[in-house]
Amino acid sequence: MSSEPLLSLENLSAHYVSQQGTRVVRAVDDVTLSLKAGGTLGIVGESGSGKSTLALTILRLLPPAARIVSGRMMFEGENLLDKSDTEMRQVRGKRIAMILQDPMASLNPLFTIGDQVGEPLRVHDGASRATAWQRAVALLKSVRIASPETRVSQFPHEMSGGMRQRIVGAIGISCEPRLLIADEPTTSLDLTIQAQYLSLLRELQREHGLALIFITHNLGIVAKMCDQLAVMYAGKVVEQGPVSQIFSTPVHPYTKALLGSIPRMTDNRDHLTAIEGQPPDLASLPPGCSFAARCPMAFGRCRDEAPPEFAVGEGRTARCWLAVPNADAKAAMERSNVA
Amino acid sequence: MKQYIVRRVGYSLLSLFLLSLTIFLFVRVTGDPVSLLVEPGASPDDIETMRRQLGLDQPLWVQYGHFVASFVTGDLGLSFYYRTPVLELYFQRLPNSLLLAGVAMALSLLIGIPSGILAAVRVDGFWDSAGKIFSLLGLSLPQFWVGLVLILFFSVYLGWLPSSGSGSVAHLLMPAFTLGWYFAAAHMRLTRSSMLDVLGSEYIKLARLKGLPEALVIGKHALKNALIPVITLAGINLVVMINVAVVVETVFAWPGIGRLLYEGITFRDFPVVQGVVVIGGAMIVLVNLMVDILYALIDPRIRLES
Repeated sequence: MSSEPLLSLENLSAHYVSQQGTRVVRAVDDVTLSLKAGGTLGIVGESGSGKSTLALTILRLLPPAARIVSGRMMFEGENLLDKSDTEMRQVRGKRIAMILQDPMASLNPLFTIGDQVGEPLRVHDGASRATAWQRAVALLKSVRIASPETRVSQFPHEMSGGMRQRIVGAIGISCEPRLLIADEPTTSLDLTIQAQYLSLLRELQREHGLALIFITHNLGIVAKMCDQLAVMYAGKVVEQGPVSQIFSTPVHPYTKALLGSIPRMTDNRDHLTAIEGQPPDLASLPPGCSFAARCPMAFGRCRDEAPPEFAVGEGRTARCWLAVPNADAKAAMERSNVA
Repeated sequence: MKQYIVRRVGYSLLSLFLLSLTIFLFVRVTGDPVSLLVEPGASPDDIETMRRQLGLDQPLWVQYGHFVASFVTGDLGLSFYYRTPVLELYFQRLPNSLLLAGVAMALSLLIGIPSGILAAVRVDGFWDSAGKIFSLLGLSLPQFWVGLVLILFFSVYLGWLPSSGSGSVAHLLMPAFTLGWYFAAAHMRLTRSSMLDVLGSEYIKLARLKGLPEALVIGKHALKNALIPVITLAGINLVVMINVAVVVETVFAWPGIGRLLYEGITFRDFPVVQGVVVIGGAMIVLVNLMVDILYALIDPRIRLES
């Protein structure tokens, strides 16, 4: 078991299909990823690149218009796609938990904090009301909420944004899941609270041996939190591998552009670097590489044929013709680098 | 906040003033009540005496002033026809109207809320379509027609239920259903849309992410939130049902306030019509005022707008 990854997605695709069946949006397209127990995987990409859809795909909680069309999702040796709805429900919150983006909106305004934090314990572990309540107090304490005994019987509107997000975190870890997916968990928090929350997540990860998937568009957070990185573009993983390697030697032009667009204090440029153009319409993808139209290094083949995933080193892949491991392509890459 | 309440109260008083003026003038357009009150062949002198007794010989603005002045002191005048205080007539009929409105409201909620939830949970499915037809019919079929069809079916053909009157549960069923259907449709549509709103919220997503069974997601997390606007509407509708069930009470000869209003109109009994309309209007305005103030207390954005 220990050599096997905790979660591995194999050629996973999830599409949104319009009611008439005429428009197919490939939100998650042939994604292959894996994560070992206790590891941290960052998934980055622009809005609409399929990051959040991928997270909901793993939990099989896609909106009704979307369905998983192919692939396998192996989690602790079981294919999650083979599970019945009831079995899948027993996975959610118990073995795989997820934290949503908006702490203001993700707590129900009409129920107490204690009720909402203890709820997964009552459902999954059959805890009594009193036990769940006591556990809720302990969980609030573990996410550093002051005077948890009084907070537990209060309502969400009595809490600040940072507290609510920590409460959502407490709900996430309540049943001690193996995997926690955090979808932009800090976007709506201000910077000092962001930093506190991130270090809290790391502590929780260490204490409970959690594996984390971090969905974000903030490469700074990835650098700080993650050991693996997957870059998504137009529903596909265009590059993945260890964070340090990707940061030091990015292969895919999109990754390079993303890293280049981080503003740095040491820069003396007076403008921000942006990636020219728009991401493609996921319902009518071009025949070649989806990034070709915006890519400064694109050549003929990129527009005609979509690149498969090439291995570009130990545990690294990239979907780019420039990463073809043969001499011809190397030459092509050099030519385009000069041009 | 104080300013907001003062302004709301001002608007409420203005609506009541306009309502009283309108009903005062409209009821006088219907014709001369005296001709219905005197015996056929009465002398012009008798008619004149009657008119003076009823105060109808005064100029309109004096009559209106008198009506408003006595209304403010809680006196709605004497009924032309019954010769008893209007307020007494109103309170005589009130229990019947409360009973009918209460049962109709219960029916409308019992039908409207579950079917609205079902429609939202199975959106665009069979139950959603069935619910749409049910509510379209409920909102568009005239109540007098529904009432007559029910009488035709259950009283004339089947002979199961009495066609009119009051006094037993059997008497209550058809009028309560006729009155309740319209409101069931309204409550269903609001439950459906409010439920759909809530089901799209982040906290419902989180409830599902926690692995809660769907029954708990819908029945606990969604329902309580979705019902807030429905209960508000139901509160306002109850007041409407009590005061303006004119058609239903007339079709089924139910001795409530609606029927009192209908009788008042037929006999040109001006004080009765004015009194019933203004009391009903005042209740509706008051409930709306309370809702406005409660919302302002709950939602700071409304307060700030003022």
